[in-house]
Amino acid sequence: MSTAVLDTPREEKTEIVKNWKNPTILSVIAVISLILLGFRAPAKQVTFRLGDGIRWADIPNLQIPAVAYGWVAAVVMIALALFSLVLMNRGKKMPLILNVVFWFFFISGILVWAIGSASSSNVSLVSILSGALALSIPMIFGSMGGLLCERSGVVNIAIEGQLLFGAFSAVLVGSMTDSPWAGLLAAMIGGVLVSLILATFSIKYLVDQTIVGVVVNVLVSGLTGFFFTRILQANPAELNSAPKLPGFEIPVLSQIPVVGPVLFNQSVLIYLMYIVVGLIWFALNKSKWGLRTRAVGEHPKAADTLGVNVNRLRFSNVLMAGAVAGMGGAFFTLVSVSTFNADMTSGQGYIALAALIFGRWKPLGALMASLLFGFSLQMQFVLSGLGTTIPTELLAMLPYVVTILAVAGLVGRSRGPAASGKPYIKG
Amino acid sequence: MKLELRGVTKKFGDFTANDSIDLVVEPGTVHTLLGENGAGKSTLMNVVYGLYEPTEGEILIDDQPVTFNGPSDAMNAGIGMVHQHFMLVPVFTVAENVALGSEATKGVSLDLATTRKKIREISDQYGFEVDPDAVVEDLPVGVQQRVEIIKALVRDAEVLILDEPTAVLTPSETDQLLGIMDQLRQDGKSLLFISHKLREVRAISNDITVIRRGKVVGKADPTVSTNELATMMVGKNVQLVVDKEEAHTNSDTFEVKDLSLVAPNGVPLLKNVNFTVHGGEILAVAGVQGNGQTELTEAIIGLQPKATGSLKLGETELMGKSTKQILRAGVGFVPEDRSTDGLVGSFSISENLILDLFDRKEFSRAATLNRSAISKNADRAIEEFDIRVGHKNDAAATLSGGNQQKIVVARELTRDLKLFVASQPTRGVDVGSIEFIHKRIVAERDKGVPVIIVSTELDEVYALADRIAVFFHGELMGIAPADTPRGVLGQMMAGATYEEALASADFGSDVGTGAATVEQSENNLPWAEGENR
Repeated sequence: MSTAVLDTPREEKTEIVKNWKNPTILSVIAVISLILLGFRAPAKQVTFRLGDGIRWADIPNLQIPAVAYGWVAAVVMIALALFSLVLMNRGKKMPLILNVVFWFFFISGILVWAIGSASSSNVSLVSILSGALALSIPMIFGSMGGLLCERSGVVNIAIEGQLLFGAFSAVLVGSMTDSPWAGLLAAMIGGVLVSLILATFSIKYLVDQTIVGVVVNVLVSGLTGFFFTRILQANPAELNSAPKLPGFEIPVLSQIPVVGPVLFNQSVLIYLMYIVVGLIWFALNKSKWGLRTRAVGEHPKAADTLGVNVNRLRFSNVLMAGAVAGMGGAFFTLVSVSTFNADMTSGQGYIALAALIFGRWKPLGALMASLLFGFSLQMQFVLSGLGTTIPTELLAMLPYVVTILAVAGLVGRSRGPAASGKPYIKG
Repeated sequence: MKLELRGVTKKFGDFTANDSIDLVVEPGTVHTLLGENGAGKSTLMNVVYGLYEPTEGEILIDDQPVTFNGPSDAMNAGIGMVHQHFMLVPVFTVAENVALGSEATKGVSLDLATTRKKIREISDQYGFEVDPDAVVEDLPVGVQQRVEIIKALVRDAEVLILDEPTAVLTPSETDQLLGIMDQLRQDGKSLLFISHKLREVRAISNDITVIRRGKVVGKADPTVSTNELATMMVGKNVQLVVDKEEAHTNSDTFEVKDLSLVAPNGVPLLKNVNFTVHGGEILAVAGVQGNGQTELTEAIIGLQPKATGSLKLGETELMGKSTKQILRAGVGFVPEDRSTDGLVGSFSISENLILDLFDRKEFSRAATLNRSAISKNADRAIEEFDIRVGHKNDAAATLSGGNQQKIVVARELTRDLKLFVASQPTRGVDVGSIEFIHKRIVAERDKGVPVIIVSTELDEVYALADRIAVFFHGELMGIAPADTPRGVLGQMMAGATYEEALASADFGSDVGTGAATVEQSENNLPWAEGENR
């Protein structure tokens, strides 16, 4: 019998499927870059200071002629875009590394061009990057909070509310007790309280998760706004001036040029962030809890038939997510500034959600995506600080434009946890 | 281990799904629970597995009464279940799926190595050939099912419940499963086998309990004839064959030429499909679910815009037309999943009867619906198609599966058709409605319309077909005459061409291995049912 070998799936030859979206995007960006970075390059030297924070050596500055660099970047990008078109015509995708090269030249090209176009063209690379890292903190914590929820099957639109309430609780308790640590703890509890509303309504009472999330955000915004004007502003010295979380330098590591001062000379909240991301990555991929969480987010009934209590696990994960997102909220009032302001999170919870999707629901992916958004936020401040010719209103849009481009344009259809957003009803 | 049910009753509100069921499964035997769809088999199994709590009665294991508060209690007591819809996380590996719920750990981290070892042991013992690191969604259905069995065995199950395990398998995969069940039985496990397929039931069972409408209606010996079993199961003498004359074909044709379709990930779903259906004949499309049949019907009705090739209805080219234009060209279509594609559950019966006709002159004036015409149409259809309804304005979702299906069929058959395409026309439908729907399909054929029926149930294929087309991995393996033996079709469903299948049937006498060819006489049973819903 030559046929009917059923156990081995027959090797399927797959057909070539041409998807022109990415090559087209690359081509358009390359052409725009050619016009902007090449033809309209500012005839200036851009100076990046690399030595900040390094004590053991004198590191020379990086001098880049904007015109030459613009042309190099534009030519490389055009070449890569053409290459991707050729590859796609044969039904192949461009290797990831070349994509990374493309985006590196794009971002660095824009950076050089923008700084070159500003009135002052001498900047510290260390302060740009460490600022970008700091600004990413709420989004990183927020996206980790979203991840804990979504991987177990609960959509978390309420990240914004968790950040905001975390920020509020942190400043209130921090000011009252005069201890930033108490403030941090309060931020976590604040986040948990917001999560409690989300979890109770979406898991226990099966209300649509997206709607509960949005309603919770509006509630938190209204509530904190009310308390801010009525209570905090009445006594700002006592209630709205929290001590900052301390920062410290990690010996040796902080003396690595550029990278050291950026990563290892920071606020304690940033070191906590490293730990939280690492822990979540490990727990999700390597622990029993992680296996169950992923199962509950993909196929809750399968988990149930194996004796996993689906709704209890979801409930506890949503609460944990609140604690994590709440820590992100503490950034606003314990690291960035010392005072609370109405709606001071300005939509970063939503960007965190976008980062989660852009990062394909993976801890490290979400981390990278948050860093990208943090970088675009930082660019807005750097460029307006340097006195650029670009209108500030346009610059203020930058993080959001990057978000839309990233999520809509580059990710395309990404596959989230299959059961996300669907309440689990037994039986 | 001996499993016994005593007077188990399960009620949902007023509805009694199981009415004092008594059942004993002895160790080392296969006990079959036989019953139609909706007879309460799955409910009973969920009670045994701890997913539902019985309203009355008790479950005994080795003569000790037990109560289960959840599946984990049942598992700890040694009961394992292979669910009808696999309880596997598609994106997990086999090892992860098996470990879930009873994970081995090393410190805080997961210890999958132990699970892998156990899987290999069981896999070797029973010849399962399952790779612990394969991702489940990439595995063929038959292997996924073995993963389910491994899941139960890893947890030291002594009683195994198999809920309609053969519904998704090819005939020879089914035979392999029956072989595995036999091996498990010889190892002293107690097996509770749920099925409505008489051939398999007779091939493997030691004892048979027949249930109907939630009640035990009798016990039977596996040697009892199929007719007797069928009568017990359905409760009346059933007509085993659809009365139909020889097909009288005419010159009307529906011609499919070079029909191809590629999924977004590059996997071909249809590969250069060519066939012609003549007016006055039924072409039945057979094959295991997921081999391109769904895509074929969707391409015909215009729901697969990326399909290429030609679909010629008489002189009209359907390819490239919108679904509405295709419907207007005289194509009647019964989709395979009536609850999502065939009906709007919350709409009334009358409204569902005009879902694709609402903008025709008879049912609308300018921008408004002609309510009285719609109402009259509903009265006529309900009468003509014997749709059992409370009131025509009730929501369609309140009806039974059979009556819902009759709405879909009635809607499509009240137009003058040039082509009728029906996908799984009787899935999850009671026997009475099956007979009725089959008669209407044959009547449509006798009007001279070309008819295409897609069914994964060979029995239905045999009942209706004038010719049988078999699909495998998107490829048309050949068109066989209606009297082709089951074994040959089984070979074709596993990837042999008609000629190859015939040749191997001639030379090797025991082709379909064992059970598949034993019961040729049962080919005409109309148990065309898929899954419980």
